[in-house]
Amino acid sequence: MTALLQVDGVGKRFGGFVALEGIALEVEEGERLGLIGPNGSGKSTLVNCICGTLRNELGEVRFAGQRLDGLPAHERTRRGLARSFQLPRPFGSLSLAENLRIPILYAVNARGQAISGGAIDGRCRAILGEVGLAAKADRLPRDLTQIEMRKLELARAMAAEPKLLIADEVMAGLSHAEVDEIIALLIRLNGQGVTVIMIEHIMRAVMEFSQRLAVLVAGRKIADGEPAEVVRDPEVVRAYLGE
Amino acid sequence: MASLADRQAQPGWGALPFTLGLVLVAALIFSIGRWIDNSYVFFAGYVVAQYIVLGTAWNILGGYTGYVNFGITAFFAIGAYSTVVLYKLVPAVPLPVMIAVGGVLAGLVGFGTGYLTLRLRGVFFSIATLAMAVVVQTLITNWDFVGGARGAYVLRPRTAPLIGGEYVQYLFLVMLGLCVLALVTARSIERSALGYGFAAIRDDEAAAEASGVPTLRLKLIATALSGGFMGMAGAPLPYYVTYLDPSSGFSLNYAVNAIAMPLIGGTSSWLGPVIGAVVVGGLQEYIRVTISSAVNVLVAGVLLVVFVIAAPQGIVGLFQRKR
Amino acid sequence: MDVSLDLLFNAVISGLLLGGFYAAVSLGVAISFGLLDIVNIAHPAFILLGSYVAFTANTVLGIDPILACLIAMPAFYLLGMLAYQVYYIAFERRDDQSLRGLSFFFGLLFITEVTLVLIFGVDYRLVQAAYIGPSLKLGIVELPLRLLVPFLVSMVMVVTLQLFLSRTFVGRAVQAVAQDQGALRLMAANPVKIKRIAFGISIATASLAGAFLIIIQPVEPSIGRDYIGRVFAICVLGGLGSFPGMVIAAMTLGIAESLTATFFGPSWAPAVSFGVLLLTLAVRPSGILGR
Repeated sequence: MTALLQVDGVGKRFGGFVALEGIALEVEEGERLGLIGPNGSGKSTLVNCICGTLRNELGEVRFAGQRLDGLPAHERTRRGLARSFQLPRPFGSLSLAENLRIPILYAVNARGQAISGGAIDGRCRAILGEVGLAAKADRLPRDLTQIEMRKLELARAMAAEPKLLIADEVMAGLSHAEVDEIIALLIRLNGQGVTVIMIEHIMRAVMEFSQRLAVLVAGRKIADGEPAEVVRDPEVVRAYLGE
Repeated sequence: MASLADRQAQPGWGALPFTLGLVLVAALIFSIGRWIDNSYVFFAGYVVAQYIVLGTAWNILGGYTGYVNFGITAFFAIGAYSTVVLYKLVPAVPLPVMIAVGGVLAGLVGFGTGYLTLRLRGVFFSIATLAMAVVVQTLITNWDFVGGARGAYVLRPRTAPLIGGEYVQYLFLVMLGLCVLALVTARSIERSALGYGFAAIRDDEAAAEASGVPTLRLKLIATALSGGFMGMAGAPLPYYVTYLDPSSGFSLNYAVNAIAMPLIGGTSSWLGPVIGAVVVGGLQEYIRVTISSAVNVLVAGVLLVVFVIAAPQGIVGLFQRKR
Repeated sequence: MDVSLDLLFNAVISGLLLGGFYAAVSLGVAISFGLLDIVNIAHPAFILLGSYVAFTANTVLGIDPILACLIAMPAFYLLGMLAYQVYYIAFERRDDQSLRGLSFFFGLLFITEVTLVLIFGVDYRLVQAAYIGPSLKLGIVELPLRLLVPFLVSMVMVVTLQLFLSRTFVGRAVQAVAQDQGALRLMAANPVKIKRIAFGISIATASLAGAFLIIIQPVEPSIGRDYIGRVFAICVLGGLGSFPGMVIAAMTLGIAESLTATFFGPSWAPAVSFGVLLLTLAVRPSGILGR
């Protein structure tokens, strides 16, 4: 059986700066992968290449056995690849519930499910409830705190009903209890069959969540494996602590 | 798209009652005009109705998706000059057919311009439309068949078909019909998946893509629709003015009014351009009659600047409680 | 054959000279759009304002148009600072540049045009100066002074500004604003203040460009619009923010228009800039010297 996501030899340059080089990564269906690395190591660039926000010049990305390269981002979302943005990008003129309506209308319904009228609203509110934003469903994003914005990002990605969810630093700034909540939520999603890639700086969360851990440093993957072993890897330790 | 459209249960009237209501209002306005029985009423009414169509057309792209089209005169003139061409080739063609032809042509041009420039940042699209107005004007100025720089004369029939009376009454009625069509379209968009997609594009295009919105396709739909309605608004113009030359057909007044009216009325709903057209159009007509026609063209420009600075949500926004 | 070769040669030369003038016209937009990311589509209106300053000073006081506009530059600088202040408070700070900010400049363009019509009417106006009329003849090449003088002054202006941007603290800060506003704050410079100065400079260049315009051709209030497409075509083609690229693009467009006017008729010339603009946007949006 082939992996759900296959990243093979992906490279990306910005001018003369090499952001990613020869990245290979496989994620099995139903897996929980943690992706870590220092700031500027290329984590978000990799997410952008996988999701189609950026175009990778080299290598290829396959999802559920099909090549994604050249497909626009919206087509990838429709095929079941959803992501949250590291810096929240809410739809500012739409209420929270309406923010979630967009992926339901354009990603879920495009798969031929055609959820109708009132059912959409109910579903938006249910998902908002799962991230603890039910009370603010009719408010505008500008009324939210930064932390709530991150939860909204996650909720909007969930609303697309993805097969693979990429959570890009959704926990930054959250309290201890809130981190636990989000971990529980992601594990629950995973239990329902959603494959999850978690990009995170909070090591406690990564270690608790991940079944496997990959490490990016300066645009290259330097480790990939059992979390407990990876964090003991001398190369990883050196990258994090400096030489 | 069709499978997605119109699935929302929104509060308020459905599309059919709304359409019937608008038709009723239009019929009422027209009957009042007939009752007053003064051709000035029809000439002035035509102008306001034309601006409702133009403003609504601009708003479908500008207000809903956030892409600013400055090339209004290009689309408007394409509609007007397609009528001139049809008039010269087959004068028997009824006006509504000419309007349809003008609308389709302008819509295609909108689609083409959008296809070339909508992948880039929004400002490039705006600049391209500005330049396009100059180019379409150059083309028309050099096209002898439609009169070139000298302009073209169009004979306005003496009486109106179907309804009798002066022909301008028919022109007004047709333009009222276009208003109904434009407003029903705009309102249906607002309440459909398309409208949500447009709003997502306006707010954050990358996030819209990531949520599954095919942004390029939606922007092209908006540009084509917007351009098409502008062309339709321009198609009856030759019969209204009876003499059309490039400098009047491409007058910057049309562009400024079409942009100013939605921004003054409010860009977030179909009602904004209507309010803007009635308020600004009415004010302009009043100033033209009482002060001078030179000052009246300043009004839209000054109001536009004042409103975008001081009341970004427009008149509609002033009466709406903030959420 | 000889005659058409002459024609071709002279068309290229006058196109080159015209291009120098286009560089002066585009310089302001190269600063505001290229460096500050402010899409000032009203720039041609400020240029026209410069033309009418030259016209008034020339007809009423008999002053040389270029001198008059040099004297007026500080006033244009202040006008530019004022315009930026309004733009900053009403749009940039609210992050509403794209829809309302653009419309704001469009409104300014229209108001300026209509006001000029109200004051000066729609007749073509021109100025008197010793260099309008005679030509310099070098063999088969004819150099009309009314093109040559603006060309030379324009090149001086471009070089001066390039030096200002690369050699002075404020100039370097302006360039920094284009790259990274956060870094600028670390240099203890206020980005808003720097942008205000830069925008003031961009409008000041419009004063001189306006003098050139009315030297080269008679002016009426609506011709400013013809320059919008041209100016942005030049800036985009030249690669945003690059002065050398902008000058090359201006000359290229000048020659292309001059050739079009010579061989197809002057009424076709305005279409050239649009063609160039669309082609650039469709094929190479980063411009000829872009990265």
